[in-house]
Amino acid sequence: MNWFLSLPEIVLALSGMGILLLGVVKRGDATQICSMLTIAALVLCAVLIVGNSFGPAFEGQFLADPISVFAKLLILAASAFSVLLSLDFNERAHIARFEFPVLVLFATLGMMMMVSAGNMMSLYLGLELQSLSIYVLAAFARDDLRSAEAGLKYFVLGALASGLLLYGISLVYGFSGSMDFVGIAHALADPASVSPGVIVGIVFVITGLAFKVAAVPFHMWTPDVYEGAPTPVTAFFGTAPKVAAMVLFARVMMGPFGHALGQWQTLIETISIASMILGALAAIGQTNIKRLMAYSSIGHMGYVLIGIACGNAAGLRSVLIYLAVYVFMFLGTFAVILAMRRRGEAVETIADLAGLGRNDPALALAMTVFMFSMAGIPPLSGFFGKLYVFLAAVQSGLWGLAVIGVLTSVVGAFYYLRIIKVMYFDEPGSAFDRRAPSLSVVAAATGIFTTFFFLLPAPVLNAAQAAAKVLFG
Amino acid sequence: MISLGHYLVVSAILLVLGVFGIFLNRKNVIIILMSIELILLAVNINLVAFSAALGDLVGQVFAMFVLTVAAAEAAIGLAIVVIYFRNRGSIEVEDVNLMRG
Repeated sequence: MNWFLSLPEIVLALSGMGILLLGVVKRGDATQICSMLTIAALVLCAVLIVGNSFGPAFEGQFLADPISVFAKLLILAASAFSVLLSLDFNERAHIARFEFPVLVLFATLGMMMMVSAGNMMSLYLGLELQSLSIYVLAAFARDDLRSAEAGLKYFVLGALASGLLLYGISLVYGFSGSMDFVGIAHALADPASVSPGVIVGIVFVITGLAFKVAAVPFHMWTPDVYEGAPTPVTAFFGTAPKVAAMVLFARVMMGPFGHALGQWQTLIETISIASMILGALAAIGQTNIKRLMAYSSIGHMGYVLIGIACGNAAGLRSVLIYLAVYVFMFLGTFAVILAMRRRGEAVETIADLAGLGRNDPALALAMTVFMFSMAGIPPLSGFFGKLYVFLAAVQSGLWGLAVIGVLTSVVGAFYYLRIIKVMYFDEPGSAFDRRAPSLSVVAAATGIFTTFFFLLPAPVLNAAQAAAKVLFG
Repeated sequence: MISLGHYLVVSAILLVLGVFGIFLNRKNVIIILMSIELILLAVNINLVAFSAALGDLVGQVFAMFVLTVAAAEAAIGLAIVVIYFRNRGSIEVEDVNLMRG
């Protein structure tokens, strides 16, 4: 038995149960200690992952390989930062309950299962563990109607997506004769003899996964959920689950369905183009910054999908690089959004940022870095994310995607630059409340990564390169 | 003689009923929860039918997991509907419109 390959997951599951138990039996408020223990468990898990060896476990159901290690470290970082961001917000919004970090922890466990899945069954169970935890997180502010509505919408559409994905899995299983990724890849090895049933199944699987990554036309829930959910939860939704679902998407399309590239490539290209265009255009008219970030994340997912549409090693590498860059930009932006408070009330419109450049130059500088990076302006990290995606598209002959990607990032730059203009040139409003130290820590850490990525990109690039070799020898 | 094809047709009909139940129903959120269950049951029929046809047990094992997950999903769905009802005082689908998509 090689169960020790899944040791990080086992440790995380056990510590999750332990923290839950502690939260229940401890007298008084257990939120702080549970949050700290959760962050410690996530860090411990990251250490175990780095020290672990590679290989399949549980008869190929669970894969420990460079792809999963890359994705898991990103997911753990995003989750730990989200818990850190939630500390101060939850306290002030009167939703500081110890279940919050525990739910984040179990969602993280589900995501780690997703990116390690080597079988449709482990894929589905990981996905559901993640989804069920984050439905509850969306509705976590249970006395707030907007949060409850966000939870309801997310639950209904998420459950529908899971159902469609599952239906697709059942068709693929029936017509290829296997649940295992290796077995499915083997059954699809000769594209001429693939039964139409499998193709229908693949389309359902793509639909389900596109819902989870919020790609157009399955994005309707995103703006509402992002706006309604408590802000730290939105920061979490935009990062860790996106990474997990995208890496899973890439692994499923390029692994078991890799031989059927000709069948699904056009489909992925279409949703990628639609996501990029909608992300660029729909964000222009927004006034609420959380809603704007929802459209921005839809656009970013469109760029990542270009990498998947390539269906080769360069594509997979660019997907992983883009996700690494995106997670830190997004978390940093939300650290700034969480700092937007006047007289104890959280404010969420873009106009509220007016005068930030004079009132709080450090915070405005951080926001400027994130916005320039999202717009893809060199030498910030966002530029390199886009660069590798477009390079992969050009190398694979997908010129159309690269051209549309460049055009939409020009359009998208408009609304990112508008935020910078509001911060520095609009009539200043009153200053924000003193920000919590945890927000400054997150904003500084992600800001430094985003700014100085170009000096030392080698670790990320090499890890992504090694990961791409797993599927494309 | 009932063949694999018959099972697949029943399951496809259940799936379509479930999806339409979610999108066409303008009345009650509980009906949406029922539609979701219907989709999952359609999948189970598929899995068990394929499992029998292929002579492979994995499909039936998966069906067991799907049943378990469906139970957990229903529990969480009902809990969310309850907190929504407490805040809004109604669970009509048309009232779920505080934020415009």
